[in-house]
Amino acid sequence: MRLLTFKGGVHPEDKKELAGFAPIERIKPPEIVYLPLSQHTGVPSKPIIEKKDEVEVGMKIAESNGKLSVPLHSSVAGVYMGLVNYPHPLGGRKLAMKIKVDPERTEEWKSEEKEVGTLSNKDIIKIVKESGIVGMGGAAFPTFFKMQPPPDKKIADLIINGAECEPYLTADYRLMIERAEDILKGIDIIRRVINPDRVWIAIESNKMDAVERMKEVSSSYPSFNISIHKTKYPQGSEKQLVQAVKRQEVPEGGLPFDAGAYVQNIGTALAVYEAVCYSKPLYERVVTVTGSVRDPSNFLVPIGTPFDYLIEEAGGVIGTLMKVINGGPMMGIAQVYPEVPVIKGTTGILIQNREEVFSGIVGPCIRCAACIDVCPMCLMPTEINKSIETENFDKAEEMGVLSCMECGGCAYVCPSNIPLVQQFKYAKNEIMKRRK
Amino acid sequence: MASILIPVGILGGIALFFGIFLVISAEKFKVTMDERVEKLIDVLPGIDCGACGAPGCSAFAEGVTKGEYPVNGCKAGGEEVATAVAEIMGVEAEVGGEEVAVLRCLGGTDVAKRVADYNGIKTCAALHLLGGDKGCQYGCLGLNDCVEACPFDALVMGEDGLPYVIEERCTACGVCVGTCPRELFEIISKKQDIYLACRSYDDAKTVKQVCSRGCIGCSLCTRVTLGETVTMDGNLASVHWDKIDDNSILKPALEKCPTKTYIKRSELRGFKNA
Repeated sequence: MRLLTFKGGVHPEDKKELAGFAPIERIKPPEIVYLPLSQHTGVPSKPIIEKKDEVEVGMKIAESNGKLSVPLHSSVAGVYMGLVNYPHPLGGRKLAMKIKVDPERTEEWKSEEKEVGTLSNKDIIKIVKESGIVGMGGAAFPTFFKMQPPPDKKIADLIINGAECEPYLTADYRLMIERAEDILKGIDIIRRVINPDRVWIAIESNKMDAVERMKEVSSSYPSFNISIHKTKYPQGSEKQLVQAVKRQEVPEGGLPFDAGAYVQNIGTALAVYEAVCYSKPLYERVVTVTGSVRDPSNFLVPIGTPFDYLIEEAGGVIGTLMKVINGGPMMGIAQVYPEVPVIKGTTGILIQNREEVFSGIVGPCIRCAACIDVCPMCLMPTEINKSIETENFDKAEEMGVLSCMECGGCAYVCPSNIPLVQQFKYAKNEIMKRRK
Repeated sequence: MASILIPVGILGGIALFFGIFLVISAEKFKVTMDERVEKLIDVLPGIDCGACGAPGCSAFAEGVTKGEYPVNGCKAGGEEVATAVAEIMGVEAEVGGEEVAVLRCLGGTDVAKRVADYNGIKTCAALHLLGGDKGCQYGCLGLNDCVEACPFDALVMGEDGLPYVIEERCTACGVCVGTCPRELFEIISKKQDIYLACRSYDDAKTVKQVCSRGCIGCSLCTRVTLGETVTMDGNLASVHWDKIDDNSILKPALEKCPTKTYIKRSELRGFKNA
């Protein structure tokens, strides 16, 4: 069997066995949820309810604000307690809607399944927007916006991203095992809107049971292909997937549709299905809580649930808690406050204790070029780092630092432990600031 | 013997030709430079801090002769340079009051809580992007960006993780103001002794949680001071320096501030050498 892949990349331990066998479990809602207004790429939503208002599960509580923005829905039933300045999982404090939960009234979404049949593409895109759906793989880009690519770009391949290359995380894997039929219905809806020539469901080779399951179910959809990808990080990156499937690179600074492809996450496909067929807005998602916790699990959680509540639900920390990471070990962001809320783009929560957290010394670059070998974007991390250290941002830009997707492969292999990704994030921010 | 004269003659001839050529072209393509510019460059500090708005001292000198910058534009040089520049330009210099940079944060490690261990790149700019390791999202990060940027070595890092201004060296050039990612430095007149040392726009509850010397936005200072010298900008008091001639206006604020966020510059100066 030939496995699809891309150039570069690293092979970290995948650690998926920790939470991979735990079925998705619906948790009891916490006492209070915090729903940040900024959960997606673009303009934060605008609250439309008043303090002390009663809210229901799935009720729209904030309206989209601008062209690239989506509405926000309450994930629980309860009372709105007003806007608070609350820690945000992507750093700093941001405005969040505080809702006191009424556990009696907080119930599962119940609705009859509707047929997609008569809906036009415009209707579907409208439903997707009104349901607040964003990319569930982490970047949280509004899906309705992505569903309307420029008309002059012909999309030949629709790629559904089930690679989940980030170590530890198993949310998409569990969804593929447990909700395969629903996911495929969701993919079919996206296929109708995008109208591609081919549909690919990309899965890494370390999840062969998910491949089997998807193959079994997709037999009723003749146009769907399952593509098996080599287990390598960052296989699940949008541009790397396009490269692996189409053997064609996305142009520098371009988007997948510049190469005739459209990539969407497994979780997003499911959310689209639930929104279109059950009118269910995006208010809950599957989050893997893993690492040094007693019972690593996959929880179906209301958005806005604080991390520390989920850590307790997963049996608590083994040893001394050192790091709480939003996401996986490679691209995740270490949290300052363990009480930050789950947002639409939270794929997992990784807990590291004292033994696991790296505390070595940062050394000088020994010019081994390991980072150059692994960079999936074919950049020269060490050279870029050197120009950033001397504050030569023009040179860093010339060498393509803006193409860096911050996958962390270079920092992972660096024998001198240089915080390369952090340098690049800093440089990208600095370059963007100077452009303004 | 005669054979040696040939190369000597040829080389001598070439040398003569180029000599004459260079003299003629130097005369013909002469760039007339304002002689005042050279004199000005001599009196300017030559440190290229950029506080005047020009890219460097020589650019400032040129600008002054063209009237693009005021004669007292060199902030780093102060009164002395301004008079010298005015003399060269043949005008009277209006020398304004001397200014100094102050740090608007009191959140040293003993006052503001650190909430995270940080072991990434050791610069404030990089740490600021991540939200900082202090509970306060407005407070000083203490990783020396300003100390390294100061062209006059007028900043030193205190033991409590806050930079202190050595006022004898500070020329109010403003480099630190532009360097600090949290915009904590402010240039104020040396006549002003009392100032508000906080930049936090957080609400009282958040400030109380993270720092004991932060502005909680109680607005007491706006009520005890005369006129509209202090107003509220959200949860932070803002002092209007243009309306304050006499620093005693701020004295009631210094006395009444419940979190002691107003401080005296003169008292802080004693602190720095510790």
